Amino acid sequence: MVKTSTFFDEMRSADGARDPYVKYDAWFAQQNNERLAQKSAEAEAFFRRTGITFNVYGQSDAEERLIPFDLVPRIISDKEWTKLSKGIEQRVYAINAFLHDIYNRQEILRAGIVPTELIANNDAFLPQMMDFTPPGGIYTHIVGTDIVRTGPDDFFVLEDNARTPSGVSYMLENRETMLQMFPELFGSIKVKPVSDYPKNLRRALEASAPSSCEGRPCVVVLTPGIHNSAYYEHSFLADQMGVELVEGHDLKVVDGHIAMRTTRGYKVIDVIYRRVDDEFLDPLTFNPTSMLGVPGIMDVYRAGNITITNAPGTGVADDKAIYSYMPDIVKFYTGERAILKNVETFRCSEPDTLKYVLDNLADLVVKEVHGSGGYGMLVGPAATKTEIADFAIKLKARPSNYIAQPTLALSTVPIFTDAGLAPRHVDLRPFALMSPKGVSITPGGLTRVALAEGSLVVNSSQGGGTKDTWVLED
Amino acid sequence: MLGKTAGGLYWMFRYLERAENTARLIEAGFRIALTRSDDAEAEWKSVIVTLASNAKYKTKHESYDSTQVVDFLLRDETNSGSVLSMVKAARNNARLTRTALTSEVWYAINDTWMALKDLLEDPIPETELPAVLATIRQQSALVRGALVGTMLRNDMYHFCRLGTALERMDNTARIIDVKYYALLPSPAFVGSKMDNVQWETLLRSVSAHRAFRWAVDDDFAAPAIAKFLILDGRMPRSLAFCAGEITKNLGHLADNYGERLGSNDQADALQALFKGRDIGSIFEEGLHQFVSRVIADTSQLAGQIERDYRFTG
Repeated sequence: MVKTSTFFDEMRSADGARDPYVKYDAWFAQQNNERLAQKSAEAEAFFRRTGITFNVYGQSDAEERLIPFDLVPRIISDKEWTKLSKGIEQRVYAINAFLHDIYNRQEILRAGIVPTELIANNDAFLPQMMDFTPPGGIYTHIVGTDIVRTGPDDFFVLEDNARTPSGVSYMLENRETMLQMFPELFGSIKVKPVSDYPKNLRRALEASAPSSCEGRPCVVVLTPGIHNSAYYEHSFLADQMGVELVEGHDLKVVDGHIAMRTTRGYKVIDVIYRRVDDEFLDPLTFNPTSMLGVPGIMDVYRAGNITITNAPGTGVADDKAIYSYMPDIVKFYTGERAILKNVETFRCSEPDTLKYVLDNLADLVVKEVHGSGGYGMLVGPAATKTEIADFAIKLKARPSNYIAQPTLALSTVPIFTDAGLAPRHVDLRPFALMSPKGVSITPGGLTRVALAEGSLVVNSSQGGGTKDTWVLED
Repeated sequence: MLGKTAGGLYWMFRYLERAENTARLIEAGFRIALTRSDDAEAEWKSVIVTLASNAKYKTKHESYDSTQVVDFLLRDETNSGSVLSMVKAARNNARLTRTALTSEVWYAINDTWMALKDLLEDPIPETELPAVLATIRQQSALVRGALVGTMLRNDMYHFCRLGTALERMDNTARIIDVKYYALLPSPAFVGSKMDNVQWETLLRSVSAHRAFRWAVDDDFAAPAIAKFLILDGRMPRSLAFCAGEITKNLGHLADNYGERLGSNDQADALQALFKGRDIGSIFEEGLHQFVSRVIADTSQLAGQIERDYRFTG
């Protein structure tokens, strides 16, 4: 494995602190480690008291866990952010146009740019969405774009999360925590605020209401319930927006609309920000055993009487096989070159490529096309020979289920440890909101950090932590 | 507000009240076990019966040994009525209804859960029991204080208060039915001086032995105690007081919503059982019959509230 020192560190170069970190570096030099350790413990207590916890799937013990928070911020300059946000905006428009096309005229397939079988064989493709345009033409109201960095000007999109991206509550709570712990920092360093996100989210949702809706639209957040790993986020967002948090059994179809059961009877709702997967949304249309959805909601949706955000079927745009076509997709719909680069991606479904991947497993990262959360992947450089051999068997059995990427030299940002600052690999998930009124992207996002030395896996389910992300004012 | 949220708030405060009541009963039982070890077994059994946990208890234990009973009631996670299970259930309801609670109330209940989870991790040695029971009561008071001090007086608040009042009503009625009744060998004993320590224990079960002395009498006469627990409107755990609280909070809901429902009428009828009554007429009717009726009517009212406000469907 490559030595840590050869990775690009965002805070310090050989000449000292990089520009965005100069003021922070000077402040840090004056801090006493014991006080910082104390602050770190306080932050943890705050997270636990507030209940900012998640449940890990596959563990019988329903113990709630904290995602570790690191107190060193990840700092991005205004110039870097401008490029990132333009690139994300371009991508979000392209993904939305792609979805509309796939579910209507399918011009991109006819043009031979994306292979038809990639759509036809895709579990996330929903025939129920064909020949239908959601209210305002918006499919992806909330997008989380995973970005990694390998050098001063080298940003790559690793993944587009266009279904139900999570983590935005950490973006907001991390900032709150930093403001409470180190108010003096925000006096001397001008950081763009993130606190407008809930207000903007509510506006975007309201602006996406069905055209038949009169008066102020009634918005709700739909959660699978308190045992879901992201339940805290669901209740946090509902609370911050000032809207009801509902579960499937609170809703039913009443006179062709979706209505929620209140203490005074059923009340019609207009927009559902659902954090329930497509499969569970409507037992009459999808998984018949689902207790999490609303029987009949798809009929109401197709009749234009409810907005579901994100739209059902958006998963067809964000799996890892489609990802490899994203530069072409951006070009096709926007007429421009993609501002943000893709990571080179090998499609194992292609025989020659499969051979290359099998020959180079020790150097590659192999992922399931539909996988998420860091599960079911192989990080070649970190795997044992046995693990690689076992993975090769799975790969040969179902090549089209996998893609491979080179192991990226992910940038590092220091974390605070007992021994002082220590570099760790990071990624970044900014959050974009889309409505008929346009796209808005909150400056910053969620920085995930692999806490173990040398680790490249930042997922919270795999031992990752988070950092506050600062975008500096110009 | 959502029906589910109303139900969540109501149950959060029922569970909390029940956890606190269980702690009080354990405290009273523990006192007997310490001071009169011959009576301990019978006292523990009456505690278990009062909490309607006897069937469950007998599947796990053969005798009513102090250590076993205390463990079963405090920290047995297979017992849905243990303090630990109920605090967990209360906190789960708080998570469910978090958007309806002030952050102070959330912090109070979450702190309570975190503190008790740690405290009840291992069996509690006798020497630490008093401190543990005190913590349970303090934490419960903290949640209630946060509620009273920070919540808007709207429907959310009234559902919380309803949960507390209904649970307390049921608890006091059960204590009277099981413990008071057990102390009366025959109706002829009504009016005669009884074993002071046991009466005191009964009052301790509702944390009212000092209040009784101050407010009523320093002599533990059976009818006076019954009157205190059933009819005394000054006593915050008496049946009459709880019935008043229930009626009042349901009345606020009717005002808020501009509509009187079935539960309002049932609550009025329940409260009428105590209005203008004297304790003599209750004894004539039969104490057990009277209290059984209160328990049944309270349970029926609880069902009506769930339906009226669409807690579940």
